[in-house]
This record gives sequence, C-alpha cells and structure tokens, in this order.
Amino acid sequence: MTLRAHDLTLAGRLAGVSLTLAPGQVTAICGPNGAGKSSLLTCLAGLVPPTGGDVSLDDGALAAIPASDRARAIGYLPQQAHVAWDLSVETLVALGRLPWNRDRSEDASAITAAIAALDLADLRRRPVGQLSGGERARALLARVLAGQPRWLLADEPLANFDLMHQQALLAQFRNLAGQGMGVVLVLHDLAQAMNHADRVVVMHGGKIAADGHPETVLDTAIIARVWQTGARWLGDPGQRALALGPVRAR
Amino acid sequence: MTRLNRILLALLALAVPLSLLAGRVWLDPLADLPANALIIITELRLPRAVLALLVGGGLGAAGAAMQGYLRNPLADPGLFGIAPGAALGAVLSLWTGLAAQPWTLPGFALIGAGAAMALLALIAGRSGSVILFTLAGMMIASLAGALMSLAISLAPTPFALSEIVTWLMGALSDRSWNDVAIAAPLCLAGIVTLLAAGRALDALTLGDEVARSLGINPARLRLLMIAGVGLTVGGSVAVAGIIGFVGLIVPHLVRPLTDGRPSQLLVPSVLAGALLLLIADCLCRVLPLAGGELRLGIALSLLGAPFFLRLLLRMRNGLA
Repeated sequence: MTLRAHDLTLAGRLAGVSLTLAPGQVTAICGPNGAGKSSLLTCLAGLVPPTGGDVSLDDGALAAIPASDRARAIGYLPQQAHVAWDLSVETLVALGRLPWNRDRSEDASAITAAIAALDLADLRRRPVGQLSGGERARALLARVLAGQPRWLLADEPLANFDLMHQQALLAQFRNLAGQGMGVVLVLHDLAQAMNHADRVVVMHGGKIAADGHPETVLDTAIIARVWQTGARWLGDPGQRALALGPVRAR
Repeated sequence: MTRLNRILLALLALAVPLSLLAGRVWLDPLADLPANALIIITELRLPRAVLALLVGGGLGAAGAAMQGYLRNPLADPGLFGIAPGAALGAVLSLWTGLAAQPWTLPGFALIGAGAAMALLALIAGRSGSVILFTLAGMMIASLAGALMSLAISLAPTPFALSEIVTWLMGALSDRSWNDVAIAAPLCLAGIVTLLAAGRALDALTLGDEVARSLGINPARLRLLMIAGVGLTVGGSVAVAGIIGFVGLIVPHLVRPLTDGRPSQLLVPSVLAGALLLLIADCLCRVLPLAGGELRLGIALSLLGAPFFLRLLLRMRNGLA
C-alpha cells in the first residue's frame, strides 16, 4: 500500500529522486521555485513518464497499471485548473466519478459526501463562473474527493484560500489522512508544512535535500542553504511561525 | 432520454413530413395531388430530406465534439482542415472533368478528406498537444485553400470554372438516393464515433492534465476525433459541398439547454443540426429567386454571420 519513486529522473527537472510514501500520512513537498516539486508530483501521479527510474504503486509499476485503475487510486489536483464550460458545482464535482463504472447510487453518495466535506451544499446548483476564487478551489478539490482516491496529490492546494479556509482545509487533509488516505501536498508556506505535515520532503535542484519529520528537516540551516534566506522559528511545536530575514547575532 | 432530446425529436417528426410538401411544386395533402406527386416525393424530396438530416446531424455532432475537444466555443469542424481537404478532392475531380462519371466526385472528396486526416495524424504524431493539433489543422486548411484557388485560376474551361465555383457554395439540390447511400454510412459511423468520445471530452473540461489523471488516453481521444470528424465532415462535403456555420451555431444554440458537459451536448447537437439544415433547405427551395434557388451554403452563411456577430457582442458585453 505504498507509492514509491525509485531513482526518478526527468530531463532538466528531476535528478535521481527516491521516495517511499505511506498511506495515512500528510506529506508536504517543499522547495524553492524550479526545485522540481510539481514535476515530482506529476510523475508520482503517473501523468508524465519519467526519463529514468520508475514509480510503483502497491509494488506494481505505475506505468503498467491500466489508466482507469490508476485514476481510481490516485486523485490529482493541479495548481491551476481552467474550467472550460460553465458547469454547476454539482456537475463539476461529478466529473470526479468518470474513472468509475457508472453506478448511480454509488456516484450520488460519493458526490454528496464530497460536496458536504467541502461545505458546498448551498452552492451545488450554482454555475462555476459565479463562484469566488475560494469557492471555486473548494469545488475543484471536491471533484478529486468524489473519485474516492486512496492517494491525493495536490499542487499548492491552499494558494487560493483565505486564512480561515486554509485552516479548515488543513484540518480536512488531516482528517482524510486519518481515514487512511495518503495525502501529498506541494506547499510553499513552510509554517503550514511545519505545523500540519507528518513528513516534509525538501526538494532542491531536482534532488531531495532533506526528508523526515518537519521539526528536524526544516531547520534554519536547511532553509538558509535551500531558500537562501535567513530565518528562525518562533512559537511552540504545532504552532510555529517563521520569521524571515538574516538572523543577526547580538 | 432527456427532455431536450424528446422535444427535438418531436420537432423533427413534425418537420420531415412538412418538408416533403414544400418546394417549387407545393403539394397540398387535402387537395388533389398532381399525378407526379409520388415521384416528386420519393425521388426528389425524400432523398433530399434524408441528406439534410444526415449532413446537419453529422456537422452538428462534429461541431459539438470539436468545441469540447478544443475547449473553445468558437471552434468549428473546418478548423481541422478536413472539410477543405474534402473540398479540394471534389474540386480536382471537377477540374479534370472526371466528375462527369457517377461516384467520382464524392470518391475524390473522400480521398481528400482521408488525406487531410492522415496528414493531421502524421503531423500531430504521438504528442498529445491540442495546440499543435489545431495549428496542423489550420495549416492543412490553408494549404487546401491555396490549392483550390490554384485549380480555380487554372480552370481549363469556363464550364469547369463555373462548376467548381457553384459546387463550392454547397447545396442539396438535385441529389438522389445514390448520394444518400454515400453519406449515410459515413455520417452515421462518424456520429457513433464522436458519441464514444463523450466521456473523454467531459474529462477535458478541466484541462489536459486532469483528463489524463482521470484515466483518459489522449492518443485514443485524438484518434476518435480525427475519425469522427473525418467521417462526418468528409461524408457531408462529399455529397453537399461546403456548408459552413452549422457546426459552429448548433452547439451554441443547444448548450444553454444542457448541463454544459460536452457529452450531454452531442446528441442534442445531432438532432438540432438535422433540424436546422432541413428547415434551411426548405427555405432555400421555396424562396422565389430568379434563375434557380438560393444555395444552401450561402443561405446558412447569411444566417450564420449575424448570429456569430451577436455572439461576439454578447461576449464583449459579458467581459465589460
């Protein structure tokens, strides 16, 4: 029940990434722009064939798994999704059921559950074009959840949310992991990774620079080396905040 | 079956019998029918009505699928270059004078459509890029257009010239059951092929990447699109010439009446396309015009251009 990358390379993006992800955990992938975070995520999702190495799901090569099986196992939420047609929220969320064989009652209950989980019940008939940025992002996430995947791979899922919804969503991810889902998030906000992830993978120049428990991985030395900025952590574990800027000795 | 489809079917059931009565010779079922009424209906108007249904339905389906595939409401079946390819084939048969033989013109048109499809598949290759695909289609369309202009400018006789120009305008006049025999298998097979792409087109609503994550195979979808659009458009152009705007307008008229998913747009677009072409063809027949009848292709362009303009104005107001 693992999602595993072995010596993954992708021309110009990834240079030998090996990683074993366990279900029931929230894993944050962090790193500066161009570090290869999104490339790693799309390779793990089976959307981009790596130029070297391989990805395996439950000990079987991901590339050899039928596309519909893979789609039922791994839900992928891209950073930006343009919705081409003005669907209602409910119709949009229902797209998540496409990999499944049509079963009306199962589909309906999965769609209703996904809509409820993201607090969209009042908006279910509203056209996507009339939603705010945050509502739209919630509908897009509900689309992934409607597919009931065992893995959720999300590229900066918090980018369009206000603080309150970010907190609610992080609690939601925690809840999903608690139900056994493997949650993999690309995050830019290191404090969110620090406080809410079980594991942090720091990417730098297409390689893994550090990997492990957030408190040990995200130390100031790594931040200085990878992000090229001075920083120090404030607060207690679980409620950390990051103060940026060169830390001067007094 | 959805309510929309039932309504469109009912309208078709009403329009087809009426279309058999309309024309230069009006047939009044309540009065005495002329002696040749049966021949007029079975040999002239029925094949013409069936052709209108096939061509309109095929173009409607192709337009709806193209808009879904390119995720663009302004896409039109002509964009893939298949219609110009088919037209080029037909023009060459007229240019060489071979079109005097039966079956030659549609045969050439189908070869042209097939060549455009093969070229498209070859250029777009294994890459799943929709942009590359569209550009390849536009390149084929402009190449076919240039070759057609060349053929026209080098026409061997004034007769061939006028044949080519008239044919290019598109029409359903003087068609027979032979034309139905050519168009029916192609258009029907094309419509079925496009219907098979419905779920994949739905997945494309959220972009290429998400569609793949939902298990859609982009190469298979592209093949379905080339085959489906090729068969419907190739079959249509082979028997009716270039009939524009149907593929563009029909999905627009129908979309607000559906839930917006491309798959839900396909069947209503088939029915509405068939209805639109049937009505437009009847209007062409009954409009009094010195020296013949209005060409269907011209009529639809005359109807289509203002419609398109209205669409653009609405989009502009929506943006403002």
